[in-house]
Amino acid sequence: MTRKKKRLYLLLLCGLGLGSATALTLTAFQDNLVFFRSPSDIAREAPGPERAFRLGGLVLTGSLSRSTEAGRPLARFVVTDGAAQVPVAFGGVLPDLFREGQGVVTLGKLGPDGVFMASEVLARHDETYMPPDVADALKRSGHWNPNQGAAPPASSWNTLQPGRGGG
Amino acid sequence: MIPELGHFALGLALALALAMAGFGLVGAHRGQARLMGLVPPLAMGVLLAVGASFLCLVASFVANDTTVSAVVANSHSLKPLLYKVSGTWGNHEGSMLLWVLILALCCGAVAGFGRNLPSALQARVLAVLGLIAAGFLAFIIGTSDPFKRVWPPAMDGNGLNPILQDPGLAFHPPLLYLGYVGFAVTFAFAVAALIEGRVDAAWGRWVRPWALAAWSFLTLGIGLGSWWAYYELGWGGYWFWDPVENASLLPWLAGCALLHSAIVVEKREALKTWTVFLALLAFALSLLGTFLVRSGVLNSVHAFASDPARGVFILGLLMLYVGGGFALFAWRAQAMAPTGVFAPVSREGALVLNNLLLCSVAAVVLVGTLYPMFADLVLGQKISVGPPFFNTATLPLAVPLVGAMAIGPFMPWKRARLWPALQKLWWVALAALAAALLCLALEGVRVGPALGFFAAIWLIMGAKADFAQRIGLFSRPRAAFGRALALPRAAWGSAMAHGGLGVTILGLAGMGLAVDRLALLKPGESVELAGYEYRLDGVVDAEGANFAARRATVQVLRHGRAVVTLHPEKRSFALARMTTSEAAIHTTWLEDLYVVLGEEREGGVVLRIHDNPLAPWIWLGAGLMALGGGLSLSDRRTRVAAPAAKATALKNPAVQA
Repeated sequence: MTRKKKRLYLLLLCGLGLGSATALTLTAFQDNLVFFRSPSDIAREAPGPERAFRLGGLVLTGSLSRSTEAGRPLARFVVTDGAAQVPVAFGGVLPDLFREGQGVVTLGKLGPDGVFMASEVLARHDETYMPPDVADALKRSGHWNPNQGAAPPASSWNTLQPGRGGG
Repeated sequence: MIPELGHFALGLALALALAMAGFGLVGAHRGQARLMGLVPPLAMGVLLAVGASFLCLVASFVANDTTVSAVVANSHSLKPLLYKVSGTWGNHEGSMLLWVLILALCCGAVAGFGRNLPSALQARVLAVLGLIAAGFLAFIIGTSDPFKRVWPPAMDGNGLNPILQDPGLAFHPPLLYLGYVGFAVTFAFAVAALIEGRVDAAWGRWVRPWALAAWSFLTLGIGLGSWWAYYELGWGGYWFWDPVENASLLPWLAGCALLHSAIVVEKREALKTWTVFLALLAFALSLLGTFLVRSGVLNSVHAFASDPARGVFILGLLMLYVGGGFALFAWRAQAMAPTGVFAPVSREGALVLNNLLLCSVAAVVLVGTLYPMFADLVLGQKISVGPPFFNTATLPLAVPLVGAMAIGPFMPWKRARLWPALQKLWWVALAALAAALLCLALEGVRVGPALGFFAAIWLIMGAKADFAQRIGLFSRPRAAFGRALALPRAAWGSAMAHGGLGVTILGLAGMGLAVDRLALLKPGESVELAGYEYRLDGVVDAEGANFAARRATVQVLRHGRAVVTLHPEKRSFALARMTTSEAAIHTTWLEDLYVVLGEEREGGVVLRIHDNPLAPWIWLGAGLMALGGGLSLSDRRTRVAAPAAKATALKNPAVQA
């Protein structure tokens, strides 16, 4: 085996490796990118029921209710960014740091009835923590700029924009 | 007083590290033995200074010195001693100090054990390490001073985040850092080789033990982190493809490729440029991991820092070292002509394939980890890339990797034929196929787990077959035992590490069959899952060292007979105003019974019950992999100088590792 031929083999192999890695990445990206949406985004343009996405905002104070449906515990709550609201249903154990009036990020799909069926609820930080995505959504909805200090008290979120959006 | 001493020692260490870098580079360049002779003592000086500084910080934490802001923010007088000590590195400042301490330990090891290195090479390696240490010491002193005082002193500290108060997590960061920082040494060797323009077998023999040690520690660190996530976070999962986890996986993949290609350099003097490149890459990815975790660009339990100045500083260091390393590579790489020639189908060829696949996996994981950040910065989109992406993108690359892993050790160096190697593995393939079919028969058509069982048995049996062939178990069974004892430990190590990955995959495949169920139970009621009956006996209050808990008693029965009593807890830490769930886990080694306590309502409690087949094997396999690395490391040939290694090889002509 000459050196030239060997080098050619190596280059071909490298090309194959890199090519397949790129192809795999791109195809996997196509199906598996998960977008973040705030309640206002959904009010503007609701995504289809097949597409999973992340919904984030604040848990509306007083909106949490728990029930048992078909033998499984089910939690229902409302996620708000001050401008719009989305009802969420979650069949699982809520994380320890889940609180009304605090930031939350949920992963799931929007049902045809407008209820967000969450498969995961993430609230893994302490109570002063605000997920960056949620902070950004709140900023965009124009209700709180995180750069200007702490969030307004949780109880006031309900009355900032009463009655707007689905609830 | 003690914090000031620590602070002073840090400054001293910075000066010594700079001196070490300057003397080493200049001395080696001019060939002045006197300057080069100063470098190892300076390295010891750096180690002493950083060690003293670290001890000062530990002392401040143990004494709960509330005039030190890091102590106030992260400790509390009522915390158990272990967590006072581990709290030292459970925060940003302390963990950076630990990082530098381990780097200083590496400097000390190169200075102490490296006496038989060519003195110019040793001086250059230590100089590069000195540069790295200086950068990070400047980072600590400039942006994250662990000894910053607060006045007036606080009444008491704020306590450590309760989910970090765990023995597993006390050792997770040091192990992980030993891995990250170990790659700094291979990086320094690579840069020194580039400066000298020479890579030879001796270089390979020096780099391989460091790559092995770093990789083994990283394996242990990742395994421990994953185990902690499994039992502490209470989600029943073990790997979440979280950016922080990926940040540790990336150097692991690159390091795995490095330690294999270093074998080729050592044995055959081929793949030199590539090995140097991998050494640069492994450390670049380690630094990237440090940057991702420490700069606060990620939101996760690991992200302590949110000060943008720190992120910019680490990014600067990353650019400097990685950019400098790769620029040097581009400039000097041509100087290293390959000498060993090999056919595509050979041991070398198999190792090239291993490298290619490992690097492809690393590339995919890197893109998936960085793309969301890129999309946020450039496109303004909020995107996350979750487990489905990583699973679909890495699995097709992992399958050929695992396939080739069992075949590779059967290939001789230089030139091989595929068919004889495959012939030796037919019974392995048969066993693997049987395992896959068994899984399909028992669990229905589940492609993932069946594939996993195939891969696991293929690797475990493949490692055994490799071992059996080396000791001539079938050809000369009587002499086999003696030959097994005479086998170099590196051969034991590689078989064990390959088999260890198989054991891990066995666990992953088992977890693919995991089931869980959520149930609202009143005392006395029970629910069934995977052949076990879980009966709730009651929920009571309990007191811990620094928390109050609600503790449930769950009786697990099988066919009416009691198996075990589990006590899942919900703990509230008044100080941190946090609640954590303690999962109750009972392992039979074939499966884990895993119960998490949820909220209480309507006179009952919500229980989340998981049945996780083979779960402990995931971490058992990681332990075996690390042990294999350790065994290889203890091989005579990696410890002593070159001539002895040749003598051993001549005595055992059958040994090819």
